[in-house]
Amino acid sequence: MEDSLVIGGRELRSRLFIGTGKFSSNRIIPEVVKSAEVQVVTVALRRIDFESKDENLVQYIPDDCIIMPNTSGARNADEAVRIARLARAAGCGNWVKIEIVTDNRYLLPDNMETIKATEMLAKEGFVVLPYMSPDLMAAKRLRDAGAAAVMPLGAPIGTNRGLRTRELVKILINEIDLPIIVDAGLGKPSEAAEAMELGAAAVLVNTAVATAGDPVQMAKAFNLAVKAGRLAYLAGTGAVKEYAEASSPLTGFLSDNA
Amino acid sequence: MSFYDKYITYHDFDFDGFFGRVTDGDVQRALNKDYLNELDYLALLSPTAEKHLEQMAVKAQQLTIRNFGKVIFLFAPLYLSNYCTNRCVYCGFNVTNDIRRGKLTLDEVAQEAEAISCTGIRHILILTGESRKDSPVSYIKDCVNVLKRYFPSISIEVYPLDEQEYAELVEAGVDGFTMFQEVYNEKLYPELHLGGPKRNYRYRLDAPERACRANMRTVNIGALLGLDEWRRESFFTGLHADYLQDHYPDIEIAVSFPRIKPSAGCFRPKCQVNDKNLVQAILALRLFMPRAGITISTRESAKMRDNLIGLGVTRMSAGSSTAVGGYSHKSKSSVQFDISDERSVEEIKNLIYSKGYQPVFKNWHPI
Repeated sequence: MEDSLVIGGRELRSRLFIGTGKFSSNRIIPEVVKSAEVQVVTVALRRIDFESKDENLVQYIPDDCIIMPNTSGARNADEAVRIARLARAAGCGNWVKIEIVTDNRYLLPDNMETIKATEMLAKEGFVVLPYMSPDLMAAKRLRDAGAAAVMPLGAPIGTNRGLRTRELVKILINEIDLPIIVDAGLGKPSEAAEAMELGAAAVLVNTAVATAGDPVQMAKAFNLAVKAGRLAYLAGTGAVKEYAEASSPLTGFLSDNA
Repeated sequence: MSFYDKYITYHDFDFDGFFGRVTDGDVQRALNKDYLNELDYLALLSPTAEKHLEQMAVKAQQLTIRNFGKVIFLFAPLYLSNYCTNRCVYCGFNVTNDIRRGKLTLDEVAQEAEAISCTGIRHILILTGESRKDSPVSYIKDCVNVLKRYFPSISIEVYPLDEQEYAELVEAGVDGFTMFQEVYNEKLYPELHLGGPKRNYRYRLDAPERACRANMRTVNIGALLGLDEWRRESFFTGLHADYLQDHYPDIEIAVSFPRIKPSAGCFRPKCQVNDKNLVQAILALRLFMPRAGITISTRESAKMRDNLIGLGVTRMSAGSSTAVGGYSHKSKSSVQFDISDERSVEEIKNLIYSKGYQPVFKNWHPI
């Protein structure tokens, strides 16, 4: 069965996206990309040194990947918009992950500013993937503002705590007719599988892969987990009963003709 | 509101009494928490916590890797001028010291910038002595305009300014601010700062907050360790950083841990801060503020810096010179203090890689 994800007119076979900010060396990125079989790689514009031969992060990303610049460092919609424009002007394509953080203690995203930036950038023709705190009203507004997907966090960025926002993400999956991509907080492949089983369209992982003892193996593990989770979702997981069945059916009298 | 209001709540606090009462259990409880309160932090700075340094190190390393990744951000200091009107007893630039003084012309700034940027450095920290006559804000701004051609990120470590002046520098292209209170102990402060505008304790203490209000992106503070008892001074530095992060959540707050170094003037530090003490101060801050930047300069020895990678440090200077004109081999002044790690940027880069970390040269792009 063909199961591809379409975002911004691009058909994606892989439902695992990766971030690049935390690796011990950029040189490992091509191998990670290969073993994760990813097609979308996010890069902070702030880190790209276009003038450096050795230190230009972009050169480590294989040509057939979609580079999704992110607006890390932006503190409001205006800064995010300027970063996105700079990235596009520098040849990084028209995909953008909006990341607006006004809270350096927990690095939680600012949904209001994110909605504003999404609206402005979508109008300018960007394929906008906003990173957000899972909130239904905010997700609806992002959709209305022209987002190509919505990326709720699973747990605060860098915490590796898993899908702590499960209930809220589930609501977004049910209610928002856009790909829901769980971004941030997934620490283990099993947690990525959990997000996929729930019906997430994809997951984005950085810390868990980049800081693993062997990032290439961990990338592969996430790759397999995301595939497994997706398959399980498509197969339809068996119902898990949270209640016992009464020994004499409570509705038995309905078919009782006596 | 000012950090001073927070500071004075600890005026009558019995630090020695508190340290005497800290138990191993208190330290363990602090270690097991996700979010530490002020007294947990102080417990981690206690003599009792010295027995738990290894556990503190393990947690600090994990927190740092999770929050920042396996990366170390690099920068280099650039001294523009060492004319100074202050009489700080511990500083080589003290006005009463008979040393070579100099100030870079804008052409020389460009030469220095050229020499530094050739090493790969992209973040520059510019420094001056405190002399509004010799290095006025207009001069700093002119230098920034030259430096912008070479560096995507420019930070300042200059004398305290008014909020409006910081805003002017931000407008000119400065995105980072560094200032050390030197010593938080208000009673001791005048004994160490004998003359000059730096005698104004409050004006200096509030400078980081003015920089935050002027919308600097990064604000880096610190105490010069050795001027007073380090546990207390570290505590107030951490409280100050926490205060700034609370009130200005969108600013990246960072903390330096400079230990006093030999310089002209023969100052003898009042307090010893040994390697173990320095490590404890760094680890305690990391556990208290998992997201704060931690900066280590070339004041520390190569060996010490090598070992500090992986213990919470996120930013390091490299290939540094503390003399005006020190990079283009036309030194125009004496040094502010002797640096201990004289390795080149290339050597530092290789060292960081060998430790399993990535040296990151660029972490901001002017927008």
